[in-house]
Amino acid sequence: MSRLDIQHGVVEMAHGSGGRVSATLIDELFIRHFDNALLKQGNDSAQFEAPAGRMVMSTDAHVVSPLFFPGGDIGSLSVHGTINDVAMSGAKPLYLSASFILEEGFALAELESIVISMAAASREAGVPVITGDTKVVERGKGDGVFISTTGIGVVPDNVQISGDRAEAGDLILISGYIGDHGTAILSSREGLEFATTIVSDSAALHGLVAAMVEAAPEIHCLRDPTRGGLATTLNELSRQSAVGMQIREADIPVRAEVRGACELLGLDPLYIANEGKLVCICPAQSAEALLNVMQNYPLGSDAAIIGEVVSDNAHLVTMKTRFGGQRVVDWLAGEQLPRIC
Amino acid sequence: MCLAVPARVESLDAAASSAIVNLDGIRKAISTQLLDEVAIGDYVLVHVGYALERIDPDEAEKTLLLFDELKAIEP
Amino acid sequence: MKYVDEFRDGEKARRIAALIEQEVEADRDYRLMEFCGGHTHAIFRFGLHALMPSNLKYVHGPGCPVCVLPAGRIEAAIQLVEAEKLILCTYADLMRVPAGKRDSLHRAKARGADIRMVYSVNDALAIARNNPEQQVVFFAIGFETTTPPTAVAIQIAQAEGLKNFLVYCNHVQTPPAMSHLLASGEVSINGILGPSHVSTIIGSDAYADCCNNHHIPIVIAGFEPLDVMQSTLLLVRQINAGRCEVENQYSRAVTPDGNRKAQALMANVFEQRPLFEWRGLGALPDSAIQIRSEYADFDAEKRFAITDIATADIKGCICPAVLRGLNDPDECKLFATACTPEEPKGACMVSSEGACAAHYSYGRFKSETGA
Ligand code: SF4
Repeated sequence: MSRLDIQHGVVEMAHGSGGRVSATLIDELFIRHFDNALLKQGNDSAQFEAPAGRMVMSTDAHVVSPLFFPGGDIGSLSVHGTINDVAMSGAKPLYLSASFILEEGFALAELESIVISMAAASREAGVPVITGDTKVVERGKGDGVFISTTGIGVVPDNVQISGDRAEAGDLILISGYIGDHGTAILSSREGLEFATTIVSDSAALHGLVAAMVEAAPEIHCLRDPTRGGLATTLNELSRQSAVGMQIREADIPVRAEVRGACELLGLDPLYIANEGKLVCICPAQSAEALLNVMQNYPLGSDAAIIGEVVSDNAHLVTMKTRFGGQRVVDWLAGEQLPRIC
Repeated sequence: MCLAVPARVESLDAAASSAIVNLDGIRKAISTQLLDEVAIGDYVLVHVGYALERIDPDEAEKTLLLFDELKAIEP
Repeated sequence: MKYVDEFRDGEKARRIAALIEQEVEADRDYRLMEFCGGHTHAIFRFGLHALMPSNLKYVHGPGCPVCVLPAGRIEAAIQLVEAEKLILCTYADLMRVPAGKRDSLHRAKARGADIRMVYSVNDALAIARNNPEQQVVFFAIGFETTTPPTAVAIQIAQAEGLKNFLVYCNHVQTPPAMSHLLASGEVSINGILGPSHVSTIIGSDAYADCCNNHHIPIVIAGFEPLDVMQSTLLLVRQINAGRCEVENQYSRAVTPDGNRKAQALMANVFEQRPLFEWRGLGALPDSAIQIRSEYADFDAEKRFAITDIATADIKGCICPAVLRGLNDPDECKLFATACTPEEPKGACMVSSEGACAAHYSYGRFKSETGA
């Protein structure tokens, strides 16, 4: 019989104490929903056979407010985020770990729906959560729930993807519309509420990446433009590769609603977060074929070539505006806040 | 200074002096307290959640026509 | 986006540019002050400089409400929120503006002060309603555009008997600042791109005195790039003809009288303040407003006896000169070295409408690539 009152219960300090109450929470919530053989080994660590080849590992801490937003929640986000970080090396993600920091008083019903959404995301991606941990902090010392996930994966032999490999002459591709995730989050933020059909683009991209590296193992860089948006990612890659970039505003896919929300709040779509998009930099001769592969894949159907890598000692990202001018696309300064002037 | 964007009035709540405006699919509740008159379909300039002024479609048209007259000139 | 996209047409821009090129007289210098940060932002974001003839220069003006707020007023707000343990609501624009001693609202918030960013003054009202046991102070900044909403909020608070809602009034007025700049005679300009959204409220007639007293052409200009360019053309024509008038290019939103209802609301709640300190311009008489005594219950300055704090600006920061159009940002020694958007030393580097921030984010292309 279940001793966990999911419907009415809340997280208590005892849920993180390591005692019987902790065990109940783990059994009835995490093991039940994540449901896989490695997790069920019930040890403090999961054991598995190591595949041959180079392994990659990536970890990501997830804090998001609100916890539930149009198109996802912190649970699905924490799975997609880490899978994508692993996949951006060209790797096939294998396993995930998850650790939860819960705030005392957090409703178990909400926690369950987060865990269910996480489990669904991991099942759909075919990347199981095989080990984890839970701690509880006193009320007021957390924001409901924080989730850290770590992922490991294995890189195909012929693939050599890294942020420092962009070369002058390479072309820059984006896998679809930018700014959806950040706009969805803003729309549900207290005080800013606006109604929109935009939902977060949160998605696991490893399938798309697998198709891309199969078609073009010579890809130089892949990165997901999450926090700080496309602008920040391009600046990171420019610096890492010691090159400049030239992009074209007219070719960057931005939905009308995202543009509308940005005009309203004085923000720039180039700096708005994405959770299901990738930037790809590849040799010019591979770009068309790669674009085709991406566009034939559901998560890349709106992919576009948006610019090229140039040599530039100042490592600037510049953009030809729709208007016909040129401007620098700088790093994000501070955080992107709505402005009135 | 003073970020204000034109948005279309979609519905009005006269009692509350508020309106729902639409900006390319984004809907937001704003105050119409600063306007004497406003009708559904009007475009208003939205600043810090308030409609500042209605946009006069005829004047906008006139300004645009001025640009069009420049067509004769080759850049 | 209707009423936006039509005014961002690059091809039409090039036609207007060609016309400007044709009409400017080679032996004349055209120094046009764009009064508003909104114009500065548009000029940089759309690269309008590059489209202009070499003897036409845009000079930045003081029209960014964040930039002209003196550090002392921010410091006073920080002291208030920390000493009184109240809730301070502010537009996000102010968060990173340097107060004295390397402080800012942002840092005060990190130290534990209850500072909340709001999109509208109505959100501050809602916070006051939801926290009846706490005092909620709204940090009101802005020109005539942003003032009427504050007036409405104070009236609502009075109607509702919302006793815990207070306003720290820092609203300032544009025409006095413009007159002051021109009267000082420091800046050499021969035309002004006048405020667009301020003018929707105060009307284009509000600049008549300024124009007549100082013999300077003024064109009320919209914030979209084609608006700015067309207004530039109108100014060039006035200058060439030796005319000196207030023209209204932004006629789709600005009338000669402005928004009478909003003016009446402001007059009901606010009165002239004898003297107010502007960052960069100094203390200007009759250039700002304060809450009328009828609404004294909602006046944070009265309730907490807030006094002005004098703070020195950072050494080396030439914001005051930049705000008066005397210097370009890249003439500041700190520009892009010690002073960046990440670590702003002066207010002009914070707001994306500030001349230094605009130069930094969009303008460096020209200087760094030689294009
Ligand atoms: S660059 Fe910085 S320090 Fe220099 S004037 Fe501008 S804001 Fe002040």
